[in-house]
Amino acid sequence: MQTIAASLIRTQSLRPASARTFVSSASRWQAVPTQKPVLQKEFKIYRWNPDEPAKKPTLQSYTIDLNQTGPMILDALIKIKNEIDPTLTFRRSCREGICGSCAMNIGGQNTLACLCRIDRKEGKDTKIYPLPHMYIVKDLVPDLTLFYKQYKSIQPYLQNDNPPAQGEFLQSQEDRKKLDGLYECILCACCSTSCPSYWWNQDEYLGPATLMQAYRWIADSRDSYGAQRKEKLQNEFSLYRCHTIFNCSRTCPKGLNPAAAIAKIKLELAAD
Amino acid sequence: MLATRAVLGPALRKVALSPRLASAATGILNEQRLNRPSSPHFTIYQPQLTWLGSIANRATGGGLSVLLYGFSLAYLVAPGTFDSAHVVEFVSGLPDAAKYAGKVILAAPFAFHSLNGLRHLSWDMGKFLTVKGAYGTGYAVLGATALSTVALVMM
Repeated sequence: MQTIAASLIRTQSLRPASARTFVSSASRWQAVPTQKPVLQKEFKIYRWNPDEPAKKPTLQSYTIDLNQTGPMILDALIKIKNEIDPTLTFRRSCREGICGSCAMNIGGQNTLACLCRIDRKEGKDTKIYPLPHMYIVKDLVPDLTLFYKQYKSIQPYLQNDNPPAQGEFLQSQEDRKKLDGLYECILCACCSTSCPSYWWNQDEYLGPATLMQAYRWIADSRDSYGAQRKEKLQNEFSLYRCHTIFNCSRTCPKGLNPAAAIAKIKLELAAD
Repeated sequence: MLATRAVLGPALRKVALSPRLASAATGILNEQRLNRPSSPHFTIYQPQLTWLGSIANRATGGGLSVLLYGFSLAYLVAPGTFDSAHVVEFVSGLPDAAKYAGKVILAAPFAFHSLNGLRHLSWDMGKFLTVKGAYGTGYAVLGATALSTVALVMM
């Protein structure tokens, strides 16, 4: 240690004053630059530009060095946008799986780009599409207007005509537990857009994400509008287009289970 | 500063909330919405037991229904041609290969659709409602379909 310090002082004293201002820290002086091998990876990304509506959507290929990129698909997308093609358009915000903005179809599965690791296998490309069967605003950005309207239609808030005389609504621990696995949904739309029933009937069928939230409020012991909520689902399309396919639970990036929530609504409606 | 804002405020706000601008934006948006393509779906989605199993359930159900209703209607229209005696006579005249192939074509969809029906009933009763449960029962149905198809063909 002493010898290193001594040699450091010696080297620095030999350098002209101007150089010292830039290269003066011990760590910089000791660091050995590691040369990482180049690992080229091809990404094929769905492109469509609203300014050229006559041109059909295409897959555009980008090749980047994975050893100069972060581990997740979102890192790759940001690198491509920063360094290769600034016109590439996608949604992103939190980069840690809590906002749900970067939902897209990666390698054939709907997931969040920020939670999806890049497949580092050499010579294998990764295809990135927007969420399936949605109207496309641009590139990887789908139009989620209908999805949000459907969510709004189930009145996703507490409804109770008899609030407690004072203080807040109370709930037993068991009742609170019923909401676990339901309230964590971030509405990224991965599940709804993975559902074949939602592909064919999204104008009438509410889809797994919205239905799981419908159940979240039906299951809430503090809500007194359960009967009305269920009555609204009691028709051919809103709920019963669910054929228990399980694509929703299979694809959920948060590990939730919309299929089970929908099955529970069906059971409750059958018992009515 | 405050005074400036008080003077300029209403004027600025009027510009920002001008209804003409708002409607122009809606017009542009609606124009663009007409052009939007629909993103690809089943052609790019990863083949999974979940949705392929569901499609198979649909297809086998549809096929079996067509057979049932088709045969019943045919019997209704031409009872002389489609009664049991004539069908038995027709089948016995076929070569062995055709007999076995025909049996497989009838037995496999029947076995799959029936067993998968049990899977759906268990889901409707609230059982196996996890991804693991869906895959476990899915593979079980596929295995049982293979076995019962062989058994039915050997009959």
